[in-house]
Formats: sequence, C-alpha cells, structure tokens
Amino acid sequence: MKKVYGSAADALDGLLFDGMFIAAGGFGLCGIPELLLDAIKEAGTKNLTFASNNAGVDDFGIGTLLQTRQVKKMISSYVGENAEFMRQYLSGELELEFNPQGTLAERMRAGGCGIPGFYTKTGVGTVIADGKEHKEFPTGPDGTAETYIMEPGIFADLSIVKAWKADTTGNLVFRKTARNFNPPAAMCGKVCVVEVEEIVEPGTLDPDTIHLPGIYVHRLIQGEHEKRIEQRTTRPAA
Amino acid sequence: MPWDRNQMAARAAQELQDGWYVNLGIGIPTLVSNYIPEGIEVTLQSENGMLGMGPFPIEGEEDPDLINAGKQTITELPHSAYFDSAQSFGMIRGGKIAMAILGAMEVAENGDLANWMIPGKLVKGMGGAMDLVAGVGRVVVVMDHANKHGQSKLLKECTLPLTGQGVVDRIITNLGVLDVVEGGLKIVELADGVTEQELRDLTEATLVA
Repeated sequence: MKKVYGSAADALDGLLFDGMFIAAGGFGLCGIPELLLDAIKEAGTKNLTFASNNAGVDDFGIGTLLQTRQVKKMISSYVGENAEFMRQYLSGELELEFNPQGTLAERMRAGGCGIPGFYTKTGVGTVIADGKEHKEFPTGPDGTAETYIMEPGIFADLSIVKAWKADTTGNLVFRKTARNFNPPAAMCGKVCVVEVEEIVEPGTLDPDTIHLPGIYVHRLIQGEHEKRIEQRTTRPAA
Repeated sequence: MPWDRNQMAARAAQELQDGWYVNLGIGIPTLVSNYIPEGIEVTLQSENGMLGMGPFPIEGEEDPDLINAGKQTITELPHSAYFDSAQSFGMIRGGKIAMAILGAMEVAENGDLANWMIPGKLVKGMGGAMDLVAGVGRVVVVMDHANKHGQSKLLKECTLPLTGQGVVDRIITNLGVLDVVEGGLKIVELADGVTEQELRDLTEATLVA
C-alpha cells in the first residue's frame, strides 16, 4: 500500500469535510504540521474543531485558519499568543474548551488506545471538574479514598502530525522537543496524515529507534518546513 | 528587608534534594536553577517533553526543535531525554516528579492554589499547571506576600478560580517561609530583618503555632 503522497493537498484529498474534528500535534510553534495546516486553509474546509495544545500565532499554524474563519472550536490548554484568537473568542465567534495540558495529551492517547475515558485527579475541585463524573479510589495513604474525575478519550476524524523522518511505510522518528503532542495526536484520529523533513527507504531507520510505528500512519508527505521560533532566548558566549 | 526575587529563588533552591526530578514554573521559579546548592544534583523537567533541561543556547545555536514549556529556546545536557506529551504528563500524574516550584496569585490556608485565571480578564489557559499540582510529590509556591495594593495573597479562602484544591505544601514569599498544616499556615522562617508582626500584618490566612 502506498503511503507517500506528492503534496499536502494530495495527501488530504478526500479526507476533509465541513464540521470535522481534527487532532493536531505541536507545542507552541514547535513541531506543528505547518504544511498540512496550509493545505487545509487552501481547501477552505469550514466549522473545524481542533484538539491542539495551542492555537499558533496570528500568521502561523492554526492562527492562519482563524484568519479565514475556518475554525469553530478549539480544545486547548493555552492560547495566549494569538490576538485574532482572543478577538473571535471574546466576541463569541469561536468556542473554546480549556483542557489541562496533561489531560488533553492523555485524552488523545486514550482515544488512540480504544479507551473511552479515564479517571484523573487533575482539575478536581476546579471549574474543569464541573459536570464531570466524580469517583473515589483507595489510592491515598493507607488506602484512604481520593477523588478523581472522568475525562473522555478523544476520537478525531483526522490526525495531522509533524515528524522529523519517516520511512515509506510510515515508521516515524521525531526530533528533540518537537515530538510533544505529535504521537498522541497521531494515534487518536481515524486517519493520520504526517509531514516530515525526510522520507527514507525501509531499512534505513534502526527499528529500535522508531518513536511511532507506521501502523498509526496512513498518508505521508515530505516538505520544506519554516520551523519558526516563538521565543528566541540566548545566553552570552563564554 | 524583605527578600527580592533572586533571594526568594535562592531560598526556594534550598528545598531541592540530591537526585530529585523537579519542574520549575515560569517567572521567579525559573531563577531557582541559578541557585542549586553545590553537591546537589537535580534534573529539571520541561513538561513539553524533556528531562535534563540545559541553559539557553549561545547566539547562533538556537534550535527550533528544542524549546522549554515557556517556548524559549534551550539546550540539552549529556543526560537529557526526550518523550511525548502523554508520557511527560504520565510521569507528572504518576508522582514521579518530586517537586514543582511555581508562582501563584492566591494561596488559601487549606492549601488551595489559584494561579491561572482572573474572571473578566484575558484568560490564556492553565497549560500544565493543574496537572502538575495534582500530580507531583510536593508543591512549593514562590510569590509576593501581598499584592501591589498591600492586600494579602495568603487568604482564608481563595477568591479566584482554583488551579488545585489543597495542593500547596510550602509557600516562600518575600517575607518568609510558611507551611500548610492542619488548621492553617505555620511560619517556618522569616526573611532577614522581617519581624513576625510584619508578616502577620500582611497575612489574612489563619496562622497556627
């Protein structure tokens, strides 16, 4: 089966529809599927719901899809870097569901593992717990009860992911902290499309160093990435 | 004299123990890494997927694939390890991180913490703060004792939406160190030259002996 496509638009052909739910990898602007996001912008698909830790900045990442009003709802943990996001949110044009960062990551991982929900202490006693099932487990000191809330797994229509390298069968290797949300996002979609910096032949990547096996990957493109830095910080040279 | 930002960070660094894996929040907690006592080895976690966080890079060596949870460019160390966000918060939720040091807007005498939203103001999100305070072994808050209007930030009850319920173990302020204990807060230490009365005057929370 052929997984390698010629362009982001080709790789997304037949997968996009208005109102769909997309899980996207990336943290801030690090490791975001920038080419696939551009292609979704070009395709003009509307009323999108995104599960993504952040919403990009105004002119990069998911921020560009906010400019074109293609996003209906964001499920995120932190959205601070985006003026157009805030404008649409405060005017009621954009729905926002805040998830604690670890809860969002685990919701994706759980969905990808066929787990419809899980219990966590994160957010107990906060607004995050409002309306959620509460349950006690004997996990405290000497078997005392502790309260947990149930969080649902995420089952997305589409996963869009950025990795460093892939072989043609979709085995993926990520690089440094650009891994972040990409593996859990890749796992939770019905279809997963991945963009990488380099596609190599099978046998080139050491099987022991594969971060995400190709079973999760359905379509694959290679491309040039801008890889923008959000906060360039340096120290003086010694 | 109350402690300044760096003195608060230096005091917080005294909380570190050899061999610990620690998560430092943004702001004064980040400065703690400048004051790690000699002979103590701690490994810093960055919740976007790294253990063994190194210093900022020198100019020209910034790597867009290597950032911390504040989205700043950083470097790796010989013992660094990378992992995905689900595993990162798995180790947080699973209690593998010994301690988190983080800032706060309010702390209540029962250990409730508020540090992520002010209703009516711009809300950016909680990021990983709720996961950290619910999961790590020990939560140390570093913050000013009072706000700029002179009102205590150590309260009987938080007025702002909570980040976590009963999660704070120790508070390091510009006036001293307090522990959350049965019945209220207990003074552990006063900043040099700060009297107990000065600290009491700026503390709304119940102080217990």
